[in-house]
Amino acid sequence: MFDAHIVRKDFPILNRLIDGKKNIYMDTAASAQKPLVLLEKLEKAYLEEYANVHRGSYWLSEVATENYEKARQIAAKFINAESSDSVIFTRSATEGINLVAGTYGLANLHQGDEVLLSRAEHHANLVTWQQTALKTGAKIVYFDLDDCGNFVWENFEKALSPRTKIVAVTAMSNVLGTIFPVEHICKAAHNIGAKVLIDACQFAVHKKIDVQKFDCDFLAFSGHKVYGPTGIGVLYGKYDLLKEMPPYQYGGDMIEHVSYEKTTFTLPPARFEAGTPAIVQAIGLSASLEYMMQFNFDDIEQYEAELIDYTTKRLLDISGLKILGTAKEKGGVFSFAIDGIHPQDLAFILAKEGVAIRTGHFCAQPLVNALGYNSLARASLGIYTTKEDIDDFITALQKAKNFFANEI
Amino acid sequence: MSIENLIEDFSFLDNWEDKYKYLIELGNQLPHFDDTQKIEQWKISGCQSQVWIIPHFSSSTLSFQGDSDAIIVRGIIAVVLEIFNDKSAQEILDIDVEEIFDKMGLREHITPNRRSGMLSMVDKIKFYARQSLEEKNEHSRISS
Repeated sequence: MFDAHIVRKDFPILNRLIDGKKNIYMDTAASAQKPLVLLEKLEKAYLEEYANVHRGSYWLSEVATENYEKARQIAAKFINAESSDSVIFTRSATEGINLVAGTYGLANLHQGDEVLLSRAEHHANLVTWQQTALKTGAKIVYFDLDDCGNFVWENFEKALSPRTKIVAVTAMSNVLGTIFPVEHICKAAHNIGAKVLIDACQFAVHKKIDVQKFDCDFLAFSGHKVYGPTGIGVLYGKYDLLKEMPPYQYGGDMIEHVSYEKTTFTLPPARFEAGTPAIVQAIGLSASLEYMMQFNFDDIEQYEAELIDYTTKRLLDISGLKILGTAKEKGGVFSFAIDGIHPQDLAFILAKEGVAIRTGHFCAQPLVNALGYNSLARASLGIYTTKEDIDDFITALQKAKNFFANEI
Repeated sequence: MSIENLIEDFSFLDNWEDKYKYLIELGNQLPHFDDTQKIEQWKISGCQSQVWIIPHFSSSTLSFQGDSDAIIVRGIIAVVLEIFNDKSAQEILDIDVEEIFDKMGLREHITPNRRSGMLSMVDKIKFYARQSLEEKNEHSRISS
C-alpha cells in the first residue's frame, strides 16, 4: 500500500523549517523536491565515476558512458519505449518540444498546413508552434475545453482536418489538471495522417506513461518535475521519424565523418545530442525514475484520487473560493481564486505560514486570461503530499482570508 | 513622511501581520489609477500582480505615481515611491533600495528570486532616471 508519510522521509527538504514554520510544499507542479537517492547518485557520479562520455577508452570514461547509456535505458523503461534508441536526452521538456518543432516541424510543415493545439497548452507547447508557424506559413488551430476544463471529444474531432499535420497537446493541463485522452487523440490524428506530440510534463508526475500504448509519435517531459535534477529532459520519438529528421544542433558526438568540406551525421539518438551532454543530470534522473518505478502507479493514482477529493472538498468549504478546473479526469493541481483577494497578496501571507504555492499565469497566459483572470493561485500535489499538508494549507488559507477580511 | 520615519515605523513592527497591515495602510493612501492610466505603456512586466508606474519629469527632479491590483503590492509601491519621489536623476540612481528594504525587514520583497515584480519596478524607475540624465547630457552637449 502506498503511504505518503513513509515517502516523505525520502525527501529531506520537507523536514526543514521555513522561518520557523513547517514546510508545506504545494508547488510540485512547478518543480518537485528531490529524494535522497538522487543526491547519492549525483555524488557517486561526480566523486567516483566521472569523465566525459563516448570518448575515452579509459576506465572512468567507460563507466561514465555505461551509466549514461543505462540512464537512457531506464528512461526508456519509464515510458515503456520500444527501444532506448528512441530516447533523446534534452535540457528540458521545452527543448524537447523545440527540437521537434525545429527539425520535424520545419522540414514537414508548409503553407496551408495546420498544427492543432488545445487552448490549455502552456507556453512551451504554444509559443514554439506559433514561431514554427510563422516560419513555415502553417496555421495554428485551437480546440476548446468546456467550462469545467473537461476535454470534449467533439471539439477536438471538429478541429481535426485533412490539413492537420501535427497535433501537439498536453497529457495533463498544468492549470486545470485535466487529463487528456492521449491514446484516442493519437488514433484519431493518425487516421488522418497527422503526427502527435505529447507534452507529458505534468502527466509524468502523476500517471504511468506508456508510449507504445499511446502510440504517440513524440513525447516530452522534464526531469525536475519527476523528482529528478534540473537541466535534463527526455524526448521520445518513434525511431523511423527520428531517423529522417535533420540534426537540431551541430557539434561533437553527433557526427559520422567530418572533413573540412563536409560532414555526415550519425544515427539517433546521438544525432540529437550534440556536444557533451548533461551526463550527471541524466544519470541522476535515472535514480529518480527508478525511485518512482519502485511504486505501483495504480497505488499512487488511487492515493492521489483520494487526496484530490479531500483537497477539493476542503477548498470548497472556504467561502468565496472558486476552483478553476474541475474536470472529471483530473490530476493533482488546483488553480483557484478567492473573491476580493489578489493571488499575490494571498501568496505573501501563505509564505509567512510556510506554505509554498504558485501565483500568476503559470506560463499559460492565454488560458488564464480566457478563464477571465490575470493571475490565479495554484496548489499542486506530489507523491509526498499528505492529508496533514492539505489541512495545514487550508488552515493557512483561512488565516489569510481572515487577515484580509479585516483589511478590505 | 520621510523614508527615515518609515524605516523607524517598520522597525517597531516585529511580526509580519503588523508589517503587512501597515503596508496595506500605506497602500490605501495611494490614489487608484483610472482606466486611462492602466495602459500597457506604464505596465511593469515580470510581476505576478499587475503593476503600473507613471513617471513625471520636472526640470530638476523626477516623481512617480503607481498602482497595482494587489493590496500588499500597493503598499510596497507606496514605500518605493516614498524612496524615489522628488529626487534628482542622479540621486535616484545612487539609492540602494535593497539596503532600505533590509532595514524595514521587507528585504524578501525586493530580492530578485521573488519575481514579485518589486525589483522590476525599481529597475524601471532607475531606467527613467537614466533616460532623463542622458537627455540632459545630450542637451548640454548641443547647447555648448
